Amino acid sequence: MLEEDEFMLVVNGEERLIKASADMPLLWALRQEVGLSGVKFGCGAGLCGACTVHLDGSPVRSCVLPLGSVGSSEVTTLEGIQDDPLAERLFDAWLEIDVMQCGYCQAGQIMSAHALLKDNPTPSNEEIDMAMEGNICRCGTYPRIREAIRIASEEEEA
Amino acid sequence: MATGQDASTLDRRAFLKVSALVGGGMALSLTMPGMARGADSDEVVELTDFVTIDHAGLITIAAKNPEIGQGVKTSLPMLIAEELDCAWDQVNVVQADFDPSRYERQRAGGSLAIRFEWLPMRQAGAAARQMLVAAAAETSGLPASELSTASGFVRHSASGRKWSYGELASAAARQPAPDLAKVELKDPKDFGIVGKPTVGVDSARVLRGEALFGIDTRMPGMLHAVLETAPAHGGKLKSADTSAAKAARGVVAVLKLDGIGGPDAMTDCVAVIATNHWYAEQARKLLTLEWDLGAAKGHSLDAYAKEAARLHDADKGAELRRDGDAPARLAEAAKVVRARYSYPFIAHATLEPQNCTALYKDGALEMWAPTQTPDRGVGMIEKLLGIPADRQTVHITRIGGGFGRRLFADFMVQAAALAKAMPGKPVQLLWNRAEDIKRDFYRPGGWHSFAAGLDDDGKLIAFTDHFSTFGSEGKPHHSASMQPIHFPAGLVEDLLYTMDVIDTVIPMGPLRAPGSNALAHAFQGFLDEVAEAAGKDLPTLMLELCAEDRVIGEDTNAWGTGWAFKTARARGVIEKVLKDSGWAKRGSGDGRGMGFGFYFSHQGYFAEVADVSVEGEDVKVHKLWVAADVGSHIVNPMGAEAQVTGAIVDGLAQAMGQRISFTDGVIEQENFDTFPLGRISATPEISVSWVKTDNPPSGLGEPALPPVVPALTNAIYAAGGKRIRDLPIQSWT
Ligand code: FES
Ligand code: FES
Repeated sequence: MLEEDEFMLVVNGEERLIKASADMPLLWALRQEVGLSGVKFGCGAGLCGACTVHLDGSPVRSCVLPLGSVGSSEVTTLEGIQDDPLAERLFDAWLEIDVMQCGYCQAGQIMSAHALLKDNPTPSNEEIDMAMEGNICRCGTYPRIREAIRIASEEEEA
Repeated sequence: MATGQDASTLDRRAFLKVSALVGGGMALSLTMPGMARGADSDEVVELTDFVTIDHAGLITIAAKNPEIGQGVKTSLPMLIAEELDCAWDQVNVVQADFDPSRYERQRAGGSLAIRFEWLPMRQAGAAARQMLVAAAAETSGLPASELSTASGFVRHSASGRKWSYGELASAAARQPAPDLAKVELKDPKDFGIVGKPTVGVDSARVLRGEALFGIDTRMPGMLHAVLETAPAHGGKLKSADTSAAKAARGVVAVLKLDGIGGPDAMTDCVAVIATNHWYAEQARKLLTLEWDLGAAKGHSLDAYAKEAARLHDADKGAELRRDGDAPARLAEAAKVVRARYSYPFIAHATLEPQNCTALYKDGALEMWAPTQTPDRGVGMIEKLLGIPADRQTVHITRIGGGFGRRLFADFMVQAAALAKAMPGKPVQLLWNRAEDIKRDFYRPGGWHSFAAGLDDDGKLIAFTDHFSTFGSEGKPHHSASMQPIHFPAGLVEDLLYTMDVIDTVIPMGPLRAPGSNALAHAFQGFLDEVAEAAGKDLPTLMLELCAEDRVIGEDTNAWGTGWAFKTARARGVIEKVLKDSGWAKRGSGDGRGMGFGFYFSHQGYFAEVADVSVEGEDVKVHKLWVAADVGSHIVNPMGAEAQVTGAIVDGLAQAMGQRISFTDGVIEQENFDTFPLGRISATPEISVSWVKTDNPPSGLGEPALPPVVPALTNAIYAAGGKRIRDLPIQSWT
């Protein structure tokens, strides 16, 4: 039986018992209670996408998602998609043209790009922009983000 | 990797810690987080401060400067590897700890790394190579002059014998360290690593979500701290009731800290230290603090703007430069163009908020700091907190963006003060986004009143600028100043620059291409107006001004890398970008137009053209062309182009919507809704051309940014939009 401030999260396929207040955003539970670094803090207000994770496969901003509302949904972070074939295509594309500069936003960028290509394997440029609009890259790596998503989606087509 | 170990071996090697190795010669231990030392260690031989080789041939190169996304953790080791003459895939790069006795300057700033390190890094690589050759000579009895190197081997071509660097490492470490000034360097035409597009050394690790950044620092028992500071700059704490915060969930301690050393160190604050950042944030809301905010009374952006307007109407600035008699020439000019330009304060807004982790134990301080200037933090901590520099260790972490913000070491001083108050406990200080925006060292705003005189032929004969900037006691802050040789000084016979300085309590600091990022807008925007009045376009006017081969300013050092402006290099990039963009055949009307901007900063020459559409208040940038001259070589073309495109995205965002405003010293922006950063949909296609000239290579973190601002505003005007004299283009307040 869980206490009022205990939560059984499913993170990257593993059950994790977290003891924390229900209003703690998932971000801080993942970073500091579970100890993951593939989810980043940028704004804390749903404005930058650095904290993007998947909740049952859909991208969410973990900085504005209270722990208490996660329930039994599966939480997936960058660490949890490492062996996924779509993610591998993205990583290859990301490295082929070396998308990142400082790299801080890139976990969130990958999580958003992954969600985009899962639903829409061959997005148009406009669809790429729309899906990635919520992910800020302060270093301005957008031209290469676009190109890498195109490379990954073309491989899908081929 | 060439050596073909399994993944676990590679991971282990990735943690080789150069700083753990001392002196020359054999070092038998290596350290890895989370692994026992010694049990499984290869022999690792340190040849020099920069180069370590293990017996399997894996070469570890120390990257000395902080990596903020500008790519130095890759480009500087590339220079070493080039002269070491090994294969790049034999190389593992590690970040060096702060250690000035080994690495001298360890800063990220001023686009200086390539400019300063082009030669020393090559010499460092060549020195290690020379030691390996000497070792092969000693082992084989062959004269060194008959030996050559390639791809991590020393060879004797006559006999066909060869030795890998790995097998020579121990003998090489016993060789005397060569005189760096005398080491033999490669002919640049033989470069195999420099000039090759190279993927960043940490890129794959970032994609694995590894804990590389300052904010990712983790230690058992680590505590999380937030600092509540005055709502207005210059505020002083009068009283504090911390009882409710102390009782809140997860809170370990609440500390009242007195300010030490000003805003670049620590102002009065109350720290809440908890077991999770979230608990600290929640508890801080329960603090009841009373502040004296008198110091900032009246320090409001509106008041500054009024003061600037008054100063400009009075037109009595201090003289910055006077050539001839510009006012007299203006009076007799056939045509006079006058305009006022302004730009706002803006924030750095690095995506990784300011943070630092510190542990104070037995009188020694250990820090994990995302800093552009570890030396500054150490010096301030020694002075203000009395912890001697030799009792401080700084691990330089990877950094989620710098842009000049992390040239300040305030977060290091604060983390050190917290750690000192909590001995034996690792403490991570993290600022939230609102604090990061509100407690910045801003790019200063400024105002310019220009006048230009044209003769009957449309030639620019007189030029004046009255500049109002910020500082104290009549002296501009270093980030708010203007060089007396600013373009077009020296190229217009009669010229007058005057300046006055408004006192401010708002902290200021360098932001990517400091000074230049603001001045480019004002000067190139105004010169676009001057060109129009003269019946030509801006690039034509610029080419006329730069028609003669001239050097403005001085090439002061032995390298010839002073700040001198060379007109021939300017012409080179201007002509190139006109060609690339099809400028001569550009259309106009129908809400579409092209604009041009040129700027010289950080030894880089950049000419840029923007192609935009304007519809009502909406601006769409279709394409940007950049022509750049940063000397004879581009060390890593992959990283270099990224710096340019990143600077373009940055500059466009600044121009479009960034503005910091304040009333009585209280900053009015708190997050990315009111302080907007560039987003993907606003990003144009960007084309970059390098104009290589026979000049020493210089850096790229900054100089691409300034000209994009006037290229954009001039394009908006060409497209039938407003003449934009005041930034930002769109108001977000
Ligand atoms: S940190 Fe969650 S959106 Fe910015
Ligand atoms: S790579 Fe630096 S914020 Fe995106």
